[in-house]
Amino acid sequence: MFDFLNNNKVRFILFQLIVIAIVLYIGYNAINNLGFNIERLGIRSGFDFLDTRAGFGISEYFIDYTIDSSNLQVFYVGLINTLVVSVIGIILASILGLIIGIARLSKNYLISRLANAYIELFRNIPILLQILFWYNLALSVLPSPRNSMALFDAIFLNLRGIYLPKPIAEDGFIWVFVALIVGIVAMFINKRRFAKKRDETGIRTNTIGYSLLFVIALPSVVYFAIGAPMHFDYPSLQGFNFKGGIAFSPEFLALVLALSIYAATYIAEAIRSGIESVDQGQTEAALAMGLSYTQTLKLVLLPQAFRVAIPPIINQYLNLTKNSSLAAAIGYADLVGVFAGTVLNQVGQAIEVLLMTMAVYLTISLIISLILNIVNHRMRIIGLNP
Amino acid sequence: MSTFKLKTAKPAPLSQVGVTGWLMQNLFSSKLNTAFSFIAIYLLYLIIPPLLDWMIFSADFTSATNNECTREAACWSYIGFKINLFMYGMYPSEEYWRPNLLLIITVAFGIIARLLKGNRYKNKVILSLFFIYPFIAFFLLYGSETLGIAVVETHRWGGLMLTIVVASVGIVASFPIGIALALGRQSTMKIIKFLSVFCIEFIRGIPLIIILFMASVMLPLFFISDIDFDKLLRALIGITMFQSVYIAEVIRGGLQAVPKGQYEAADAAGLNFVQKMALVILPQALKISIPNIVGSFIALFKDTTLVLIIGLFDMLAIAKLATSDADWLGRKTEGIVFVAIVIWVILFLMSQYSKTLEKRFNTEH
Repeated sequence: MFDFLNNNKVRFILFQLIVIAIVLYIGYNAINNLGFNIERLGIRSGFDFLDTRAGFGISEYFIDYTIDSSNLQVFYVGLINTLVVSVIGIILASILGLIIGIARLSKNYLISRLANAYIELFRNIPILLQILFWYNLALSVLPSPRNSMALFDAIFLNLRGIYLPKPIAEDGFIWVFVALIVGIVAMFINKRRFAKKRDETGIRTNTIGYSLLFVIALPSVVYFAIGAPMHFDYPSLQGFNFKGGIAFSPEFLALVLALSIYAATYIAEAIRSGIESVDQGQTEAALAMGLSYTQTLKLVLLPQAFRVAIPPIINQYLNLTKNSSLAAAIGYADLVGVFAGTVLNQVGQAIEVLLMTMAVYLTISLIISLILNIVNHRMRIIGLNP
Repeated sequence: MSTFKLKTAKPAPLSQVGVTGWLMQNLFSSKLNTAFSFIAIYLLYLIIPPLLDWMIFSADFTSATNNECTREAACWSYIGFKINLFMYGMYPSEEYWRPNLLLIITVAFGIIARLLKGNRYKNKVILSLFFIYPFIAFFLLYGSETLGIAVVETHRWGGLMLTIVVASVGIVASFPIGIALALGRQSTMKIIKFLSVFCIEFIRGIPLIIILFMASVMLPLFFISDIDFDKLLRALIGITMFQSVYIAEVIRGGLQAVPKGQYEAADAAGLNFVQKMALVILPQALKISIPNIVGSFIALFKDTTLVLIIGLFDMLAIAKLATSDADWLGRKTEGIVFVAIVIWVILFLMSQYSKTLEKRFNTEH
C-alpha cells in the first residue's frame, strides 16, 4: 500500500514539502512573536523614522550634514564614508600587497625574509586589534596642531588628522572632464584598431604612447587652453586648529592603515601563489621561441599568474569592505557606526535599520561577485572544443 | 721518466664558499640586489632597535605603581598586576580552579586520544569523550545548583577564557549545520538547494559585526520574551550562524574533490543516501577539508575579538578598559601589545599545525 514511498521522485517531493512546512511554521511563529513584542514594547514600525530629525553631530562627512538633517541623510553620510574608506583602503592594499608579494619571491635573502615576517606578523593579529593599535598609536605620537608635521606647507599632519589641499573647480572645468572621457574612448578605439592590424598582419604596435597622448595630454591641453580653471584651497592654522583644505580624522587614518596593512598580507600571498603557479617550463618555452624577456612576462607569465591570483584578490577587496564596518569600534562615522549604531539607539527600530544596513553590504558583495564572475569568464582557458 | 703528479685542487674562491660566499650570492649578487639589501638593513635599523628598546631594554618589569613606572617605555608590571583579568575576566578568583581544571581535562583527553592510536576501540572511546566533554565543560564553567557547584553568571566570564569558549563552541556547533548546508547545496532537490544557497550567500555577504548586532538586538524580538536570552548565548548564536556558512563552503570543496566514481560505486552497491554519505563520501570529503577547517577555525579565532562590540569582555575589551582604570592610566598600549602577542602566538602555532596537517594528508604522488 505504501509502495509509492519507495519511488525516489515521490520521496523528493514529500521531503521538500516537509521542509517547506517547517520553514513556514518557524517563519509564521517568528513574525507572530515579532508583532506581539513590538506591540508590548511600544516600538514603532515602518520607515517614517528616515524623515525625522537626526539631532546629533557627525565629525566627518563628504555631503552636506547638520544636526537638523534627517536620518536618511545620516544613512547617506555613513554609506559614503564606508565607500571612501573602502576605496582608499583597496588602492593602498593593492599597492602594498603587490610590493610585498614580489618582495616575498625576491632572491635577496633579507628582502624575502622581511616580506615573510611582515605577512606572518600582520596576518595572525585580529584586524580589530590592529585598528585599535594604530588608533592608540596615532593619538599618542602625533603632535598638537601648533607643532604639526608639514610637507611643503600644503600637507599637515597632527593630532586632529591629516590636512590636504582641496582642489576647487571653477567654471569650465567640466570641459576638462569631457576631454578626459573623450580621451579614454579614443584610447579604446585606437587599441582595437591596432589589435585588428595585429590579427591581420601579425605586426605588433606598442600603443602606450598613443594611450598617454589621449588620456593625459588631451585633457591637459584643454585644461590650459581654457585658462586653468582650478585652484587649490590650502589648509592654514587659525587659532588652535586648521581651516580649509580636505581633512581626514585620525580615526580615518588608523582605519585605512589597519585595513590596508591587513588586506595586503592576503593580497601578497595571492600574488605569490599566482606567480609560483606558473610552471618554470613556460618561461623556458617562451624564451626558446625567441620572445624577449618583457614579451615573456607580458604575454606568457602574467596572464597565467593573474588567472590564479585575481579571484582571491577580489575576494580580499570584498573582505576589506566588510571589515571597514569595524570603524564602529574607534568612532569613525561609517554606515555601521552612525546608522546601525547611533540612529538605531535613538529610534530603537532594530529591524528596519539592520535590514537597510544589510541590504547595503549585500549589494556591495553582489556587485563584487558579479565583477569576479566577469573576470573569471574573461580569463577562462579557451579550449579547442568549447 | 717523468711521472704524473696530481696537483692539489685550488680552494674555491672566497666569493663562493663560507659566510662571504653566502653573503655574495644572497645579498650582493648584483648592483640592484646590493641596493635592496641596504634598504632592508636600513628598514630593520629603523624598526628593530626602538621596538626592542620599548619592549625590553628600557621597559619596566618591577614597579609596583603606575607613577613609579617609566613613561618612555613599556610598563610590564601593569600586565603582571592584571594578568588574572586578562585570563579570566571578572570570574571570581576563588573559582579559578574550575577553568584550570577544564584545561587539564582537555589536555588529558587529547593525550588519551593520542595513546589509543591503533587500538580497536579508539573511535568509540573518542566519540564518547567527545559527547561527555561539553557537559563537563558546562558544569565546570557555569556551575549547577544540583551538583553543588556555585553558579558563575556568564556576564562575569571574560579574557582569554571567553575567547576560547566562544571560538570552541562556535566551531563545534557550526560543524553539523555546515555539513547539512553543504549537502543541501549539492542536492538535486531544487527547494533544498535554493534554501541552502540563500542562507550561505546571504550570511557570507554581511560583515560579522552586523550579524552580532542582529543576534543581540533583533533575535530576542522573534521570541516570546519569557525566555531570558543570555548575552553570551546571543553572541554564540551569531558566531555559529556566521561560522556555519564558511564551514559549509569548506566542506563543499571537500565534497567536490571526492571522485565521481565513489558516488556511483556507493549507489551501485545499493547504499541509501544516509549510508552513502556517512560511510563513503563524508569520511573522504572531511579528510580532504581538514586543513581548510583548521584555517577556518583560525579565522574564527581572530573574529571572536569582535564580541567586544556587543559588550562582552574578551581580552581586547579588557585591554581597552585600561583607559578607565584610575590606578593605571595611560597603559592602553601595553595591554593591546600584550593581547596581540598572546593571540599571535596561539594563531601562529595553529597555522603551523595546519601546514603539517596539509602535508600529512597530501596523498598525491
